[in-house]
Amino acid sequence: MNPGTAVTYHDHGPEQGRGFIGFAKRWLYTTNHKDIGTLYLLMALLNFFLAGGMALLIRIELFQPGHRFLDPNFYNVMTTMHGLIMLFGVIMPAFTGMANWQIPMMIGAPDMALPRLNNWSFWLLPFAFLLLLSTIFQAGGGPNFGWTMYAPLSTKYAPPSTDFMIFAVHMMGISSIMGSINIIATILNMRAPGMTMMKLPMFCWTWLVTAFLLIAIMPVLAGAVTMMLADRHFGTSFFEAAGGGDPVLFQHIFWFFGHPEVYVLVLPAFGVISEVIPTFSRKRLFGYSFMVYATLCIAILSFIVWAHHMFTTGIPLGAELFFMYATMLISVPTGIKVFNWTSTMFRGSMTFETPMLFAVAFVFMFTFGGLTGLMLSLVPADYQYQDTYFVVGHFHYVLVPGVVFALMAGAYYWLPKWTGHMYNETLGKWHFWLSTISVNILFFPMHFLGLAGMPRRIPDYALQFTNFNQIISIGAFIFGFSQLLFAWNVIKTIRGGVKVDDRVWERISWARVDTEFTSALSFI
Amino acid sequence: MRKSQHRRLLILLSFLTLGMFGFGFALVPIYNSLCKTLGINGKIELTKAEAANPLDIDQKRRIEVEFVASNNNTLQWFFYPKTSKVMIHPGETAKLEFYAENKTNHRMIVQAIPSITPGIAAKYLKKTECFCFQQQQLNGHEAMNMPLIFHVDPDLPENVRTITLAYTLFDVTDRLS
Repeated sequence: MNPGTAVTYHDHGPEQGRGFIGFAKRWLYTTNHKDIGTLYLLMALLNFFLAGGMALLIRIELFQPGHRFLDPNFYNVMTTMHGLIMLFGVIMPAFTGMANWQIPMMIGAPDMALPRLNNWSFWLLPFAFLLLLSTIFQAGGGPNFGWTMYAPLSTKYAPPSTDFMIFAVHMMGISSIMGSINIIATILNMRAPGMTMMKLPMFCWTWLVTAFLLIAIMPVLAGAVTMMLADRHFGTSFFEAAGGGDPVLFQHIFWFFGHPEVYVLVLPAFGVISEVIPTFSRKRLFGYSFMVYATLCIAILSFIVWAHHMFTTGIPLGAELFFMYATMLISVPTGIKVFNWTSTMFRGSMTFETPMLFAVAFVFMFTFGGLTGLMLSLVPADYQYQDTYFVVGHFHYVLVPGVVFALMAGAYYWLPKWTGHMYNETLGKWHFWLSTISVNILFFPMHFLGLAGMPRRIPDYALQFTNFNQIISIGAFIFGFSQLLFAWNVIKTIRGGVKVDDRVWERISWARVDTEFTSALSFI
Repeated sequence: MRKSQHRRLLILLSFLTLGMFGFGFALVPIYNSLCKTLGINGKIELTKAEAANPLDIDQKRRIEVEFVASNNNTLQWFFYPKTSKVMIHPGETAKLEFYAENKTNHRMIVQAIPSITPGIAAKYLKKTECFCFQQQQLNGHEAMNMPLIFHVDPDLPENVRTITLAYTLFDVTDRLS
């Protein structure tokens, strides 16, 4: 293959025609991995503000005790939608977008392995989310049983719009399974010559493992919601005790999906952090092979810990002990990762540009969220924490200053390479410090509320919880509005700014320029 | 060559997806049979009547058996055990009654679903006769006493001293008519 054809690979995809039709066709028909990555990322950003707005509605209601602003049923709809959209509409598509942009370039491939499948897996999503959002406006209100959809709340007592949610979940599942197949095929089949598996950038490794997790669990979720649908309309009794079924069975099936799902969200974040920290420490990633095996280890362990979400359902003592120890075991590979990131920074020539700030904050606050997770894994203690704000505090620490911060780190890190423009560093620093301070005001007091006995998913609370709830709500609003700085910064960077080339960070670092950005040319 | 490589992987991963979809459904029988064979989760067979009590009575142990009755959802029935607990020796037969009254104006069919705590005791509580073996039917404002005859197997683990037998009444009128 001559170098000339290789160059055109990166510019393929449909030409932009004239007018709106031309514009729509360009984005609807595109098979270019960068275009599709952009679409994923923009949709994730839009959903981030949508689901974030729902969280702010929740916090408005909880600013004062009593039923103040929202109808209780609408409050429940908001918690359900916030959870579903943040998971399936923000974190997962955002990482898929980053994977679409980065993986082909990182492994020296001209594009994703299956470009048409790639197009389809993106374009299913906007329709899935429109279907999901339409439920809010339907008679009887949207789904109001929490993102965990426990039967019989989601079968017998659910509003009619639940069926729309079920089909939306099916579509999201199909989309992420197709995306995963594409990523696996790209990484396994299209690496540049000489790039062995143990030379893959960490981001590709974590995504490879994530993709396998998705293929293993999304069909199980699809099965669970299909059984829900059958119980609702076809007279089956999978989860209906009157017909010989068992509602606890739903929780087993759901968490068999749900726990690995947690790692689907967090493993790509580990990948991003493992890219950002070495760059700004000017050192190689410490313990690369340990990182790879730790990722695999976490993925395998994630399948045998699901019942730690169900300690209080009356499962036998032996099972409680098994799931408790298995859960605690996960902290070993996770600890290896945290240790390796810290060791990468140790004696490095560190600078603190915005991506690095977010990455360091990730390491610190994700570890904090992990430690409260360890507390929750203890069966005797879990009986106190179960279904309180302690749990809410725990998983938000893992997902917001954890995963969302990793998304921010990745976005700031790669934005100059994607757009060719430098983002505004001052604005980035403002965004970081406002987010970091407010995220702690927002989620830290939740732990104390939980320990004091404030339950989850209730639109009201006892008087003595008022102060802390007000602090939380104020933190929530500062955090929410600080994210507008990010949106503004992204839009500004896309539209213009100081020009940079593809070695933007490498100018200040030793860098892996060759493997990452010129490989498509140099290896073929 | 790449095309065929992609195709092979695509087929393989699609089968994996279908397999996992099937596995999700396979979890239902797996769960049910695990619960049954291990005797966990307090599940007992609904329709199986045990043979009359042939066992020797273990005079040395006394087991407290408590009864709980509740209605599912907003079922308009009175439903409660006429004896809230009994003290029996393992192997000894106990006979008692549950009271049920249909408070509505129309005929209803209900099904009682038992659950036993601690779950491990489910295997050792043997029922010779139970109103939960079949659906019960009452006309509006009709009432009846429903019998329960059972004994506790002397093999019951030593550490179990109290067994709670809970019944929940489910309305199955719509399913049958």
